[in-house]
Amino acid sequence: MNFPEKLLYTKDHEWTLIEGDIAVVGITDFAQSELGDIVFVETPEVGTKLNVGDSFGVVESVKTVSDLYSPLTGEVVEVNEALVDAPETVNTSPYADGWIVKIKMSDTSETESLMNVADYKSLVKK
Amino acid sequence: MRFIPLTEKDRKEMLATIGVNRVDDLFADIPAEAKLDRPLNIPGPLPERELLNNFSMLAFMNKPVSGERSFLGAGAYSHHVPVAVDQMLLRGEFFTAYTPYQPEVSQGTLMAIYEFQTYTSALLGMDIANASMYDGASSLAEAVIMAKRVKKKNRVVISGLVDPAWRKVVETYVQDLDIDITTVDGVNEGVTNIDELSIAANGSSAVVVQYPNFVGCIDDLQAVRRVCDEAGALMIVATSEPVAMGVMTSPGKLGADIAVAEGRSFGGSLSYGGPGLGMFATKQKWARQIPGRLVGKTNDVDGKPGYVLTLATREQHIRREKATSNICSNQALCATASAIHLSLLGKNGLQEMALKNMTAAKYLAGKISSLNGFELAYKRPFFNEVAIKIPAPAETINKKLAKDGFVGGFDLSKTYPSMGDSMLFCATELHAKNDIDALADALSGFEV
Repeated sequence: MNFPEKLLYTKDHEWTLIEGDIAVVGITDFAQSELGDIVFVETPEVGTKLNVGDSFGVVESVKTVSDLYSPLTGEVVEVNEALVDAPETVNTSPYADGWIVKIKMSDTSETESLMNVADYKSLVKK
Repeated sequence: MRFIPLTEKDRKEMLATIGVNRVDDLFADIPAEAKLDRPLNIPGPLPERELLNNFSMLAFMNKPVSGERSFLGAGAYSHHVPVAVDQMLLRGEFFTAYTPYQPEVSQGTLMAIYEFQTYTSALLGMDIANASMYDGASSLAEAVIMAKRVKKKNRVVISGLVDPAWRKVVETYVQDLDIDITTVDGVNEGVTNIDELSIAANGSSAVVVQYPNFVGCIDDLQAVRRVCDEAGALMIVATSEPVAMGVMTSPGKLGADIAVAEGRSFGGSLSYGGPGLGMFATKQKWARQIPGRLVGKTNDVDGKPGYVLTLATREQHIRREKATSNICSNQALCATASAIHLSLLGKNGLQEMALKNMTAAKYLAGKISSLNGFELAYKRPFFNEVAIKIPAPAETINKKLAKDGFVGGFDLSKTYPSMGDSMLFCATELHAKNDIDALADALSGFEV
Protein backbone atom coordinates (compact mmCIF):
# COMPACT_ATOMS: atom_id res chain seq x y z
CA MET A 1 0.00 0.00 0.00
CA ASN A 2 1.23 3.41 -0.99
CA PHE A 3 1.43 6.41 1.38
CA PRO A 4 3.31 9.37 -0.14
CA GLU A 5 5.77 11.21 2.12
CA LYS A 6 4.72 14.72 1.10
CA LEU A 7 1.13 14.32 2.31
CA LEU A 8 -0.50 14.87 5.71
CA TYR A 9 -3.09 12.41 7.01
CA THR A 10 -6.12 12.17 9.34
CA LYS A 11 -7.45 9.38 11.51
CA ASP A 12 -10.49 9.30 9.19
CA HIS A 13 -8.17 8.11 6.40
CA GLU A 14 -8.06 11.30 4.41
CA TRP A 15 -4.95 12.84 2.97
CA THR A 16 -4.19 16.48 2.35
CA LEU A 17 -1.61 18.16 0.17
CA ILE A 18 -0.70 21.68 1.26
CA GLU A 19 -0.02 24.18 -1.54
CA GLY A 20 0.30 27.61 0.06
CA ASP A 21 -3.05 28.30 1.73
CA ILE A 22 -4.84 25.69 -0.38
CA ALA A 23 -5.33 22.16 0.92
CA VAL A 24 -6.16 19.44 -1.60
CA VAL A 25 -8.12 16.63 0.09
CA GLY A 26 -8.78 13.03 -0.87
CA ILE A 27 -9.02 9.58 0.69
CA THR A 28 -6.04 7.30 1.22
CA ASP A 29 -5.10 4.14 -0.62
CA PHE A 30 -6.05 2.24 2.55
CA ALA A 31 -9.51 3.88 2.62
CA GLN A 32 -10.27 3.14 -1.02
CA SER A 33 -9.20 -0.47 -0.70
CA GLU A 34 -11.33 -0.94 2.44
CA LEU A 35 -14.37 0.60 0.72
CA GLY A 36 -14.08 -1.45 -2.45
CA ASP A 37 -15.50 -0.35 -5.80
CA ILE A 38 -16.54 3.27 -5.44
CA VAL A 39 -19.73 4.07 -7.35
CA PHE A 40 -20.55 7.60 -6.23
CA VAL A 41 -18.86 10.59 -4.66
CA GLU A 42 -21.02 13.37 -3.24
CA THR A 43 -19.13 16.63 -3.14
CA PRO A 44 -20.02 19.93 -1.43
CA GLU A 45 -20.84 23.10 -3.31
CA VAL A 46 -18.03 25.55 -3.97
CA GLY A 47 -18.21 28.23 -1.30
CA THR A 48 -19.21 25.86 1.50
CA LYS A 49 -17.55 26.89 4.77
CA LEU A 50 -16.08 24.05 6.80
CA ASN A 51 -14.76 23.57 10.30
CA VAL A 52 -12.40 20.79 11.32
CA GLY A 53 -14.39 17.57 11.50
CA ASP A 54 -17.40 18.80 9.50
CA SER A 55 -18.89 16.24 7.19
CA PHE A 56 -18.56 17.68 3.68
CA GLY A 57 -19.43 14.77 1.43
CA VAL A 58 -19.92 11.08 1.00
CA VAL A 59 -18.08 8.25 -0.69
CA GLU A 60 -20.34 5.38 -1.67
CA SER A 61 -19.10 1.95 -2.63
CA VAL A 62 -21.08 -1.11 -3.60
CA LYS A 63 -21.11 -2.27 0.00
CA THR A 64 -21.11 0.83 2.17
CA VAL A 65 -21.23 4.57 2.50
CA SER A 66 -18.63 6.65 4.25
CA ASP A 67 -18.73 10.29 5.24
CA LEU A 68 -15.90 12.65 4.40
CA TYR A 69 -14.69 14.87 7.25
CA SER A 70 -12.90 18.13 6.75
CA PRO A 71 -9.30 17.96 8.04
CA LEU A 72 -9.06 21.77 8.24
CA THR A 73 -11.05 24.97 8.66
CA GLY A 74 -11.73 26.93 5.49
CA GLU A 75 -13.82 27.33 2.39
CA VAL A 76 -14.31 24.93 -0.49
CA VAL A 77 -12.81 26.59 -3.58
CA GLU A 78 -12.92 23.71 -6.04
CA VAL A 79 -14.41 20.23 -6.29
CA ASN A 80 -13.34 17.41 -8.59
CA GLU A 81 -16.16 17.47 -11.15
CA ALA A 82 -14.64 14.51 -13.01
CA LEU A 83 -15.73 12.22 -10.17
CA VAL A 84 -19.40 12.66 -11.15
CA ASP A 85 -18.89 10.53 -14.24
CA ALA A 86 -15.87 8.54 -13.09
CA PRO A 87 -16.08 7.91 -9.32
CA GLU A 88 -13.85 4.86 -9.74
CA THR A 89 -10.93 7.27 -10.23
CA VAL A 90 -10.79 7.38 -6.42
CA ASN A 91 -9.91 3.67 -6.53
CA THR A 92 -7.44 3.86 -9.38
CA SER A 93 -5.69 7.09 -8.48
CA PRO A 94 -6.44 8.06 -4.87
CA TYR A 95 -3.61 10.60 -4.57
CA ALA A 96 -3.75 12.29 -7.98
CA ASP A 97 -6.78 12.24 -10.33
CA GLY A 98 -8.97 10.98 -7.49
CA TRP A 99 -8.64 14.13 -5.34
CA ILE A 100 -12.00 15.29 -3.99
CA VAL A 101 -11.96 18.95 -2.87
CA LYS A 102 -9.68 21.94 -2.53
CA ILE A 103 -10.08 23.98 0.64
CA LYS A 104 -8.78 27.50 1.14
CA MET A 105 -7.48 27.34 4.70
CA SER A 106 -8.36 30.09 7.14
CA ASP A 107 -5.69 28.98 9.65
CA THR A 108 -2.61 27.29 8.14
CA SER A 109 -1.30 26.43 11.63
CA GLU A 110 -3.99 23.74 11.84
CA THR A 111 -1.83 21.55 9.59
CA GLU A 112 0.39 20.95 12.63
CA SER A 113 -2.29 18.75 14.19
CA LEU A 114 -2.44 16.45 11.16
CA MET A 115 -0.49 13.18 11.01
CA ASN A 116 2.72 12.66 9.11
CA VAL A 117 3.23 9.56 7.05
CA ALA A 118 4.95 7.61 9.83
CA ASP A 119 2.10 8.24 12.28
CA TYR A 120 -0.48 7.32 9.67
CA LYS A 121 1.33 4.12 8.73
CA SER A 122 1.34 3.02 12.35
CA LEU A 123 -2.41 3.84 12.59
CA VAL A 124 -3.14 1.69 9.55
CA LYS A 125 -1.05 -1.19 10.97
CA LYS A 126 -3.32 -1.32 14.02
CA MET B 1 -35.47 -21.11 13.66
CA ARG B 2 -36.41 -21.82 17.27
CA PHE B 3 -37.98 -19.11 19.32
CA ILE B 4 -36.62 -19.02 22.84
CA PRO B 5 -38.42 -16.48 25.01
CA LEU B 6 -36.63 -14.30 27.51
CA THR B 7 -36.52 -15.31 31.12
CA GLU B 8 -37.32 -12.83 33.88
CA LYS B 9 -33.59 -12.79 34.65
CA ASP B 10 -32.68 -11.92 31.02
CA ARG B 11 -35.21 -9.14 31.08
CA LYS B 12 -33.82 -7.68 34.33
CA GLU B 13 -30.28 -7.77 32.97
CA MET B 14 -31.30 -6.04 29.76
CA LEU B 15 -33.20 -3.32 31.60
CA ALA B 16 -30.28 -2.80 34.00
CA THR B 17 -27.85 -2.49 31.08
CA ILE B 18 -29.78 0.35 29.49
CA GLY B 19 -30.50 1.93 32.88
CA VAL B 20 -34.25 1.63 33.35
CA ASN B 21 -36.20 -0.20 36.03
CA ARG B 22 -39.26 -1.52 34.28
CA VAL B 23 -40.44 -2.31 30.76
CA ASP B 24 -43.00 0.47 31.16
CA ASP B 25 -40.16 3.00 31.44
CA LEU B 26 -39.37 2.30 27.79
CA PHE B 27 -42.69 3.90 26.86
CA ALA B 28 -42.12 7.07 28.88
CA ASP B 29 -42.22 9.18 25.69
CA ILE B 30 -45.85 8.27 25.04
CA PRO B 31 -48.20 10.83 26.62
CA ALA B 32 -50.12 9.43 29.60
CA GLU B 33 -53.47 10.28 28.03
CA ALA B 34 -52.65 8.06 25.07
CA LYS B 35 -51.98 5.05 27.30
CA LEU B 36 -54.65 2.64 28.43
CA ASP B 37 -54.58 2.46 32.23
CA ARG B 38 -56.88 -0.53 32.60
CA PRO B 39 -57.03 -4.06 31.18
CA LEU B 40 -58.63 -4.38 27.73
CA ASN B 41 -62.38 -4.73 27.95
CA ILE B 42 -62.64 -8.13 26.30
CA PRO B 43 -64.52 -11.19 27.49
CA GLY B 44 -62.77 -14.35 28.62
CA PRO B 45 -62.11 -17.46 26.52
CA LEU B 46 -64.96 -19.24 24.73
CA PRO B 47 -65.37 -22.61 23.04
CA GLU B 48 -64.83 -22.38 19.29
CA ARG B 49 -68.50 -22.78 18.35
CA GLU B 50 -69.66 -20.09 20.76
CA LEU B 51 -66.91 -17.81 19.56
CA LEU B 52 -68.03 -18.19 15.97
CA ASN B 53 -71.64 -17.51 16.98
CA ASN B 54 -70.56 -14.41 18.85
CA PHE B 55 -68.74 -13.03 15.86
CA SER B 56 -71.65 -13.81 13.54
CA MET B 57 -73.91 -11.83 15.86
CA LEU B 58 -71.43 -8.95 15.98
CA ALA B 59 -71.18 -8.93 12.19
CA PHE B 60 -74.97 -8.89 11.96
CA MET B 61 -75.00 -5.61 13.91
CA ASN B 62 -72.89 -3.92 11.22
CA LYS B 63 -74.63 -1.75 8.67
CA PRO B 64 -72.66 -2.54 5.57
CA VAL B 65 -72.86 0.20 2.96
CA SER B 66 -72.06 -0.78 -0.57
CA GLY B 67 -69.90 1.59 -2.58
CA GLU B 68 -72.76 2.96 -4.66
CA ARG B 69 -74.55 4.19 -1.51
CA SER B 70 -71.48 6.04 -0.19
CA PHE B 71 -70.65 9.57 -1.34
CA LEU B 72 -67.72 10.06 0.99
CA GLY B 73 -64.30 10.60 -0.54
CA ALA B 74 -61.97 13.15 1.08
CA GLY B 75 -58.91 10.94 0.76
CA ALA B 76 -60.35 7.42 0.52
CA TYR B 77 -62.37 6.47 -2.53
CA SER B 78 -64.71 3.59 -3.39
CA HIS B 79 -63.77 1.91 -6.63
CA HIS B 80 -64.41 -1.32 -8.40
CA VAL B 81 -61.40 -3.58 -8.06
CA PRO B 82 -61.39 -6.38 -10.64
CA VAL B 83 -61.65 -9.80 -8.95
CA ALA B 84 -58.55 -10.88 -10.86
CA VAL B 85 -56.51 -8.66 -8.52
CA ASP B 86 -57.46 -10.66 -5.43
CA GLN B 87 -57.12 -13.95 -7.27
CA MET B 88 -53.54 -13.16 -8.26
CA LEU B 89 -52.67 -11.86 -4.80
CA LEU B 90 -53.59 -15.27 -3.37
CA ARG B 91 -50.17 -16.49 -4.42
CA GLY B 92 -48.35 -17.13 -1.16
CA GLU B 93 -45.09 -15.67 -2.44
CA PHE B 94 -46.61 -12.20 -2.33
CA PHE B 95 -47.74 -12.41 1.31
CA THR B 96 -45.13 -10.16 2.81
CA ALA B 97 -44.70 -6.51 3.60
CA TYR B 98 -40.94 -6.95 3.34
CA THR B 99 -38.77 -6.21 0.37
CA PRO B 100 -36.62 -9.26 -0.18
CA TYR B 101 -32.88 -8.83 0.22
CA GLN B 102 -31.97 -12.04 -1.52
CA PRO B 103 -32.46 -11.64 -5.25
CA GLU B 104 -31.53 -15.26 -5.86
CA VAL B 105 -34.79 -16.43 -4.25
CA SER B 106 -37.04 -13.43 -4.87
CA GLN B 107 -37.09 -12.65 -8.57
CA GLY B 108 -40.90 -12.78 -8.82
CA THR B 109 -41.53 -10.40 -5.94
CA LEU B 110 -38.78 -8.05 -7.05
CA MET B 111 -40.15 -8.00 -10.58
CA ALA B 112 -43.66 -7.23 -9.29
CA ILE B 113 -42.30 -4.31 -7.28
CA TYR B 114 -40.28 -3.14 -10.26
CA GLU B 115 -43.50 -3.12 -12.30
CA PHE B 116 -45.19 -1.11 -9.53
CA GLN B 117 -42.36 1.45 -9.69
CA THR B 118 -42.74 1.66 -13.46
CA TYR B 119 -46.51 2.23 -13.22
CA THR B 120 -46.03 4.83 -10.49
CA SER B 121 -43.46 6.75 -12.55
CA ALA B 122 -45.70 6.66 -15.63
CA LEU B 123 -48.82 7.64 -13.69
CA LEU B 124 -47.17 10.62 -12.00
CA GLY B 125 -45.01 11.56 -14.98
CA MET B 126 -41.72 11.25 -13.10
CA ASP B 127 -38.36 9.58 -13.85
CA ILE B 128 -38.19 7.19 -10.91
CA ALA B 129 -40.37 5.83 -8.12
CA ASN B 130 -39.51 3.89 -4.98
CA ALA B 131 -40.85 0.50 -3.91
CA SER B 132 -43.66 2.25 -1.96
CA MET B 133 -44.27 3.94 1.38
CA TYR B 134 -46.93 3.30 4.03
CA ASP B 135 -49.51 5.71 2.63
CA GLY B 136 -49.94 9.01 0.82
CA ALA B 137 -49.59 11.09 3.98
CA SER B 138 -46.29 9.53 5.08
CA SER B 139 -45.02 9.78 1.48
CA LEU B 140 -45.68 13.50 1.67
CA ALA B 141 -43.85 13.76 4.98
CA GLU B 142 -40.86 11.96 3.44
CA ALA B 143 -40.99 14.31 0.45
CA VAL B 144 -40.79 17.31 2.78
CA ILE B 145 -37.82 15.78 4.62
CA MET B 146 -36.12 15.00 1.30
CA ALA B 147 -36.61 18.59 0.15
CA LYS B 148 -34.68 19.77 3.18
CA ARG B 149 -31.91 17.27 2.36
CA VAL B 150 -31.67 18.67 -1.17
CA LYS B 151 -32.15 22.38 -0.52
CA LYS B 152 -30.81 22.57 3.05
CA LYS B 153 -33.32 25.23 4.11
CA ASN B 154 -35.45 24.49 7.11
CA ARG B 155 -38.77 25.94 6.03
CA VAL B 156 -41.48 24.37 3.91
CA VAL B 157 -44.63 26.01 2.53
CA ILE B 158 -47.79 23.91 2.45
CA SER B 159 -51.08 24.90 0.87
CA GLY B 160 -54.01 24.87 3.28
CA LEU B 161 -55.84 22.95 0.56
CA VAL B 162 -53.70 19.89 1.19
CA ASP B 163 -55.68 17.21 3.07
CA PRO B 164 -55.75 18.32 6.74
CA ALA B 165 -54.93 14.79 7.91
CA TRP B 166 -51.89 14.67 5.62
CA ARG B 167 -50.74 18.03 6.96
CA LYS B 168 -50.97 16.64 10.50
CA VAL B 169 -48.88 13.64 9.55
CA VAL B 170 -46.26 15.96 8.05
CA GLU B 171 -46.23 18.04 11.26
CA THR B 172 -45.75 14.88 13.31
CA TYR B 173 -42.89 13.62 11.15
CA VAL B 174 -40.96 16.90 11.21
CA GLN B 175 -41.60 18.04 14.78
CA ASP B 176 -38.07 17.20 15.90
CA LEU B 177 -36.30 17.78 12.59
CA ASP B 178 -35.88 21.55 12.62
CA ILE B 179 -38.34 22.07 9.80
CA ASP B 180 -40.83 24.93 10.05
CA ILE B 181 -44.09 24.82 8.17
CA THR B 182 -45.82 27.87 6.69
CA THR B 183 -49.41 27.31 5.61
CA VAL B 184 -50.94 29.33 2.78
CA ASP B 185 -54.71 29.74 2.59
CA GLY B 186 -56.96 29.77 -0.45
CA VAL B 187 -60.17 28.14 0.66
CA ASN B 188 -62.34 31.12 -0.29
CA GLU B 189 -61.32 30.88 -3.94
CA GLY B 190 -61.10 27.09 -3.97
CA VAL B 191 -57.48 27.18 -5.12
CA THR B 192 -54.22 28.05 -3.38
CA ASN B 193 -53.57 31.79 -3.38
CA ILE B 194 -50.58 32.15 -5.71
CA ASP B 195 -49.61 35.65 -4.51
CA GLU B 196 -49.47 34.52 -0.90
CA LEU B 197 -47.67 31.36 -1.98
CA SER B 198 -45.06 33.43 -3.77
CA ILE B 199 -44.36 35.55 -0.69
CA ALA B 200 -44.20 32.55 1.61
CA ALA B 201 -42.00 30.51 -0.74
CA ASN B 202 -39.09 32.91 -0.46
CA GLY B 203 -36.29 31.14 1.41
CA SER B 204 -38.03 27.80 1.63
CA SER B 205 -36.93 24.29 0.65
CA ALA B 206 -40.21 23.29 -0.92
CA VAL B 207 -43.75 24.26 -1.82
CA VAL B 208 -46.45 21.63 -1.38
CA VAL B 209 -49.80 21.60 -3.16
CA GLN B 210 -52.44 18.92 -3.61
CA TYR B 211 -53.73 17.99 -7.07
CA PRO B 212 -56.75 17.89 -7.25
CA ASN B 213 -56.87 19.78 -3.97
CA PHE B 214 -58.80 18.83 -0.85
CA VAL B 215 -61.91 20.84 -1.80
CA GLY B 216 -61.97 19.17 -5.20
CA CYS B 217 -60.59 22.03 -7.32
CA ILE B 218 -57.49 22.04 -9.51
CA ASP B 219 -54.58 24.29 -8.48
CA ASP B 220 -52.64 25.94 -11.31
CA LEU B 221 -49.47 23.86 -11.19
CA GLN B 222 -47.74 25.93 -13.86
CA ALA B 223 -48.13 28.99 -11.62
CA VAL B 224 -46.82 26.96 -8.67
CA ARG B 225 -43.81 25.95 -10.81
CA ARG B 226 -43.04 29.62 -11.48
CA VAL B 227 -43.25 30.37 -7.75
CA CYS B 228 -40.81 27.52 -7.06
CA ASP B 229 -38.39 28.70 -9.75
CA GLU B 230 -38.33 32.21 -8.31
CA ALA B 231 -37.80 30.91 -4.78
CA GLY B 232 -35.36 28.15 -5.73
CA ALA B 233 -37.65 25.70 -3.93
CA LEU B 234 -38.65 22.16 -4.84
CA MET B 235 -42.20 21.66 -6.06
CA ILE B 236 -43.96 18.83 -4.26
CA VAL B 237 -47.31 17.66 -5.61
CA ALA B 238 -49.51 15.39 -3.51
CA THR B 239 -52.41 13.42 -4.95
CA SER B 240 -54.99 11.57 -2.89
CA GLU B 241 -56.87 10.25 -5.91
CA PRO B 242 -54.43 9.17 -8.66
CA VAL B 243 -57.33 7.88 -10.78
CA ALA B 244 -57.55 11.55 -11.81
CA MET B 245 -54.31 11.08 -13.76
CA GLY B 246 -56.39 9.25 -16.37
CA VAL B 247 -57.69 12.63 -17.54
CA MET B 248 -55.39 15.21 -15.98
CA THR B 249 -51.87 16.20 -17.04
CA SER B 250 -49.43 14.46 -14.71
CA PRO B 251 -47.61 16.41 -11.95
CA GLY B 252 -44.31 15.55 -13.62
CA LYS B 253 -45.31 17.12 -16.94
CA LEU B 254 -46.33 20.25 -15.06
CA GLY B 255 -42.94 20.53 -13.40
CA ALA B 256 -43.16 18.67 -10.08
CA ASP B 257 -39.82 17.80 -8.50
CA ILE B 258 -41.39 15.23 -6.20
CA ALA B 259 -44.82 13.68 -6.74
CA VAL B 260 -46.48 11.60 -4.04
CA ALA B 261 -49.84 9.86 -4.01
CA GLU B 262 -52.14 7.64 -2.03
CA GLY B 263 -52.36 4.53 -4.17
CA ARG B 264 -55.25 2.78 -2.41
CA SER B 265 -57.64 3.52 -5.30
CA PHE B 266 -55.73 0.91 -7.30
CA GLY B 267 -56.29 -2.57 -5.96
CA GLY B 268 -56.96 -1.41 -2.40
CA SER B 269 -60.02 -1.54 -0.22
CA LEU B 270 -61.75 0.71 2.29
CA SER B 271 -61.70 -1.71 5.22
CA TYR B 272 -61.69 0.65 8.22
CA GLY B 273 -59.95 3.21 6.03
CA GLY B 274 -56.99 1.10 5.06
CA PRO B 275 -54.52 -0.23 4.30
CA GLY B 276 -53.00 2.67 2.42
CA LEU B 277 -50.27 2.60 -0.19
CA GLY B 278 -47.74 5.40 -0.56
CA MET B 279 -46.50 6.27 -4.02
CA PHE B 280 -43.30 8.30 -4.14
CA ALA B 281 -41.68 9.53 -7.34
CA THR B 282 -39.06 12.07 -8.25
CA LYS B 283 -36.41 13.02 -10.78
CA GLN B 284 -33.47 10.80 -11.69
CA LYS B 285 -30.93 13.30 -10.36
CA TRP B 286 -32.20 12.76 -6.81
CA ALA B 287 -32.09 8.96 -6.92
CA ARG B 288 -29.72 8.96 -3.94
CA GLN B 289 -31.95 11.23 -1.90
CA ILE B 290 -35.15 9.19 -2.01
CA PRO B 291 -36.45 7.41 1.08
CA GLY B 292 -36.99 3.67 1.22
CA ARG B 293 -36.38 0.77 -1.08
CA LEU B 294 -35.68 0.82 -4.78
CA VAL B 295 -35.73 -2.19 -7.09
CA GLY B 296 -33.54 -2.03 -10.17
CA LYS B 297 -33.32 -4.12 -13.30
CA THR B 298 -29.96 -5.40 -14.44
CA ASN B 299 -28.32 -8.30 -16.28
CA ASP B 300 -26.71 -11.28 -14.63
CA VAL B 301 -23.38 -12.84 -15.67
CA ASP B 302 -25.12 -14.73 -18.47
CA GLY B 303 -26.70 -11.54 -19.79
CA LYS B 304 -30.18 -12.49 -18.58
CA PRO B 305 -32.37 -9.80 -17.02
CA GLY B 306 -32.65 -9.84 -13.24
CA TYR B 307 -33.98 -7.65 -10.46
CA VAL B 308 -32.17 -6.48 -7.32
CA LEU B 309 -32.52 -3.92 -4.57
CA THR B 310 -30.36 -1.02 -5.58
CA LEU B 311 -28.80 2.04 -3.94
CA ALA B 312 -29.35 0.35 -0.58
CA THR B 313 -26.41 2.32 0.81
CA ARG B 314 -28.85 5.18 1.50
CA GLU B 315 -30.78 2.96 3.84
CA GLN B 316 -30.62 2.63 7.58
CA HIS B 317 -29.17 -0.87 7.80
CA ILE B 318 -26.03 0.49 6.14
CA ARG B 319 -26.02 4.21 6.72
CA ARG B 320 -27.43 4.15 10.25
CA GLU B 321 -28.55 7.56 11.53
CA LYS B 322 -27.59 9.25 8.27
CA ALA B 323 -30.00 7.15 6.23
CA THR B 324 -32.44 9.01 4.02
CA SER B 325 -35.37 7.58 6.01
CA ASN B 326 -36.14 5.24 8.86
CA ILE B 327 -38.69 3.34 6.77
CA CYS B 328 -37.49 -0.25 6.77
CA SER B 329 -40.22 -2.11 4.97
CA ASN B 330 -42.84 -1.13 2.45
CA GLN B 331 -46.33 -1.99 1.30
CA ALA B 332 -45.24 -4.77 -1.02
CA LEU B 333 -48.60 -6.58 -1.08
CA CYS B 334 -50.61 -3.40 -1.68
CA ALA B 335 -48.06 -2.23 -4.23
CA THR B 336 -48.39 -5.53 -6.07
CA ALA B 337 -52.20 -5.23 -5.97
CA SER B 338 -52.01 -1.75 -7.47
CA ALA B 339 -49.61 -2.90 -10.19
CA ILE B 340 -51.98 -5.74 -11.09
CA HIS B 341 -54.97 -3.39 -11.12
CA LEU B 342 -53.15 -0.86 -13.32
CA SER B 343 -51.96 -3.59 -15.67
CA LEU B 344 -55.56 -4.80 -16.06
CA LEU B 345 -56.79 -1.27 -16.74
CA GLY B 346 -54.09 -0.29 -19.18
CA LYS B 347 -53.72 3.24 -20.49
CA ASN B 348 -57.14 3.37 -22.15
CA GLY B 349 -58.88 1.62 -19.27
CA LEU B 350 -57.51 4.14 -16.79
CA GLN B 351 -58.69 6.99 -18.98
CA GLU B 352 -62.13 5.38 -19.26
CA MET B 353 -62.32 4.87 -15.49
CA ALA B 354 -61.33 8.50 -14.90
CA LEU B 355 -63.93 9.74 -17.39
CA LYS B 356 -66.63 7.70 -15.65
CA ASN B 357 -65.65 9.29 -12.32
CA MET B 358 -65.82 12.76 -13.82
CA THR B 359 -69.14 12.13 -15.50
CA ALA B 360 -70.69 10.76 -12.30
CA ALA B 361 -69.42 13.68 -10.23
CA LYS B 362 -70.64 16.17 -12.81
CA TYR B 363 -74.09 14.61 -12.77
CA LEU B 364 -74.09 14.63 -8.96
CA ALA B 365 -73.05 18.29 -8.85
CA GLY B 366 -75.82 19.28 -11.28
CA LYS B 367 -78.45 17.20 -9.54
CA ILE B 368 -77.72 18.37 -5.97
CA SER B 369 -77.14 22.02 -6.84
CA SER B 370 -80.55 22.08 -8.51
CA LEU B 371 -82.13 21.52 -5.08
CA ASN B 372 -83.22 24.73 -3.36
CA GLY B 373 -80.68 25.78 -0.74
CA PHE B 374 -77.89 23.62 -2.21
CA GLU B 375 -75.27 25.43 -4.25
CA LEU B 376 -71.82 24.67 -5.66
CA ALA B 377 -69.20 26.27 -3.41
CA TYR B 378 -66.97 27.06 -6.41
CA LYS B 379 -67.52 27.63 -10.10
CA ARG B 380 -64.41 25.69 -11.02
CA PRO B 381 -63.51 22.43 -12.74
CA PHE B 382 -63.40 19.36 -10.51
CA PHE B 383 -62.62 15.66 -10.89
CA ASN B 384 -64.68 13.26 -8.78
CA GLU B 385 -65.31 15.44 -5.74
CA VAL B 386 -67.25 18.63 -5.47
CA ALA B 387 -67.78 21.07 -2.59
CA ILE B 388 -71.42 22.03 -2.07
CA LYS B 389 -72.95 24.62 0.25
CA ILE B 390 -75.81 23.03 2.15
CA PRO B 391 -78.87 24.51 3.92
CA ALA B 392 -78.31 22.71 7.25
CA PRO B 393 -75.31 21.52 9.27
CA ALA B 394 -73.53 18.58 7.65
CA GLU B 395 -73.99 16.55 10.80
CA THR B 396 -77.78 16.88 10.62
CA ILE B 397 -77.87 16.00 6.94
CA ASN B 398 -75.53 13.04 7.34
CA LYS B 399 -77.65 11.63 10.19
CA LYS B 400 -80.70 11.68 7.95
CA LEU B 401 -78.74 10.14 5.07
CA ALA B 402 -77.48 7.38 7.35
CA LYS B 403 -81.09 6.55 8.28
CA ASP B 404 -81.85 6.25 4.57
CA GLY B 405 -78.89 3.92 4.08
CA PHE B 406 -76.41 6.41 2.62
CA VAL B 407 -73.00 7.58 3.67
CA GLY B 408 -73.04 11.32 3.09
CA GLY B 409 -70.19 13.65 2.18
CA PHE B 410 -67.31 15.09 4.20
CA ASP B 411 -68.17 17.96 6.55
CA LEU B 412 -65.97 20.82 5.29
CA SER B 413 -67.11 23.32 7.94
CA LYS B 414 -64.97 21.61 10.61
CA THR B 415 -61.75 22.00 8.62
CA TYR B 416 -62.64 25.33 7.00
CA PRO B 417 -65.03 27.27 9.28
CA SER B 418 -65.11 30.17 6.78
CA MET B 419 -66.94 27.94 4.32
CA GLY B 420 -69.97 27.66 6.57
CA ASP B 421 -72.28 24.66 6.18
CA SER B 422 -70.82 22.72 3.30
CA MET B 423 -69.97 19.21 2.25
CA LEU B 424 -67.58 17.52 -0.09
CA PHE B 425 -69.42 14.92 -2.16
CA CYS B 426 -67.65 12.21 -4.13
CA ALA B 427 -68.92 10.10 -7.01
CA THR B 428 -66.97 7.40 -8.81
CA GLU B 429 -67.49 4.80 -11.53
CA LEU B 430 -69.55 2.86 -8.95
CA HIS B 431 -72.33 5.43 -8.98
CA ALA B 432 -75.01 5.03 -11.61
CA LYS B 433 -77.58 7.72 -12.44
CA ASN B 434 -80.22 6.12 -10.21
CA ASP B 435 -77.84 6.00 -7.20
CA ILE B 436 -77.27 9.74 -7.50
CA ASP B 437 -80.98 10.38 -8.07
CA ALA B 438 -81.71 8.44 -4.88
CA LEU B 439 -79.22 10.60 -2.95
CA ALA B 440 -80.83 13.76 -4.33
CA ASP B 441 -84.25 12.45 -3.28
CA ALA B 442 -82.99 11.86 0.24
CA LEU B 443 -81.54 15.37 0.33
CA SER B 444 -84.68 17.03 -1.03
CA GLY B 445 -86.21 16.94 2.46
CA PHE B 446 -83.75 19.69 3.41
CA GLU B 447 -84.76 22.05 0.58
CA VAL B 448 -85.54 25.58 1.69
